[in-house]
Amino acid sequence: MNLTIDVSHKDNNVTYLTLAGEVDAFTAPKLKDTILPLTKEEGQTVEVDFEQVNYMDSTGLGVFISALKSTKEHGTELRLLHMQERVYRLFKITGLTEIMNIDSTVQGGM
Amino acid sequence: MSTLKLDLENYKELLQEYIRSKDEQALYQAEQFSKQSMQQKISPDEIINIHIQSLQEIYPEMPEYIQSSLNFLLETMISYGLAYQEHQSLREKQLELKSEISVAANMQKTLLSTVKPEIEEVEVGALSVPAKQMNGDYHHFVYDEKGTLGIAVADVIGKGVPAALCMSMIKYSMDSFPEMRMDPSVILGSLNRVVERNVDSSMFITMFYGLYDSRDHTFTYSSAGHEPGFYYHKDQGEFEEIDVPGLVLGVSAETTYTQYVKEVEKGDMIVLLTDGVTECRQGERFIEQEEVLDVIKSYADLPAQEIVDQVYKHFERLQGFQLRDDFTLIILRRNV
Repeated sequence: MNLTIDVSHKDNNVTYLTLAGEVDAFTAPKLKDTILPLTKEEGQTVEVDFEQVNYMDSTGLGVFISALKSTKEHGTELRLLHMQERVYRLFKITGLTEIMNIDSTVQGGM
Repeated sequence: MSTLKLDLENYKELLQEYIRSKDEQALYQAEQFSKQSMQQKISPDEIINIHIQSLQEIYPEMPEYIQSSLNFLLETMISYGLAYQEHQSLREKQLELKSEISVAANMQKTLLSTVKPEIEEVEVGALSVPAKQMNGDYHHFVYDEKGTLGIAVADVIGKGVPAALCMSMIKYSMDSFPEMRMDPSVILGSLNRVVERNVDSSMFITMFYGLYDSRDHTFTYSSAGHEPGFYYHKDQGEFEEIDVPGLVLGVSAETTYTQYVKEVEKGDMIVLLTDGVTECRQGERFIEQEEVLDVIKSYADLPAQEIVDQVYKHFERLQGFQLRDDFTLIILRRNV
């Protein structure tokens, strides 16, 4: 499986990433290269749409942990939206739902 | 023609024979020629050169434009030949790396080895299978004379060599803790600070730490974002999820961990695992958690070590089974 990353700008301060496919050890580096620079731009909010992500492994989680750390460092914001249940479970188990801004309207099954 | 010589004469004869007879035998010989060329690291452009020379000898009257077109082909193939040589030398390097990694994997096995304790009161079964050569899962047992058994199960994000190096760091930090009985929440808190300081920002570790007290049969545990384990009630034949909140190690230095206690009844089991178990796939299909539990249950009457072995064998036998991540399964059972 592949991952497609679509970058669009809602307005000047919000970058909207639409992901589709699987986030795993093969696709995570590309995602990291896209997302990390965005979290370093002052005043930016990065929104990530997970609606079409049907699988993510711990490597993918690592990307979002780095992104979160980077937002703290640079005073930017990260929001994760429209997660499917299987992906949400990963954030929940690892305790990240407590410290990340994750849209709670979880999408049904797989 | 019994022995095949890699020379112009030989190639010329083959070519001539083929042009005359269109015989399959000559094609077969050509294939042999090509295989031997590979063995002797003769590049594709050299073979084309031999072809051009043979043609010139067979057809001295060859038209000028054919001659030019063949020279053109020769030039085109030169860079292909270079790429081919590079490919060959990369293959050799790859073999070298492979053998280095297997040395490292063996070293890791020695460094991270743990002895499964044999205790009368509580029976232990443990199995860890790496998806690649090096294992990013880690489990460790510590047993003291007072009768407490400490069990750590950890999974470092990512796979392969970086994960393995990271695991060794965890193991040595744990070894450096003072030898008194340590609470799981304290252990995870200390490790969290070690990982937070030392590891790259996208790396993290999940860990479950439990202490089994064989005198009063209590199980005290904390979890740092680790895959939930299960408690098996023998009487009801049912599993209960050991769902413990706690952030993964290495995200924030201030994280603290809560500790829980559970009384373990005779015959009941504690099942600890890593996400390699719950993320197994059969073809494109995920193997669901309930399936894993059903399989464990079906072997519940066996000795603990046999249960974990049989569970892995069960999944390994499935058609199209692939191990995407390191697989670790540990079972503790109260015996008396």
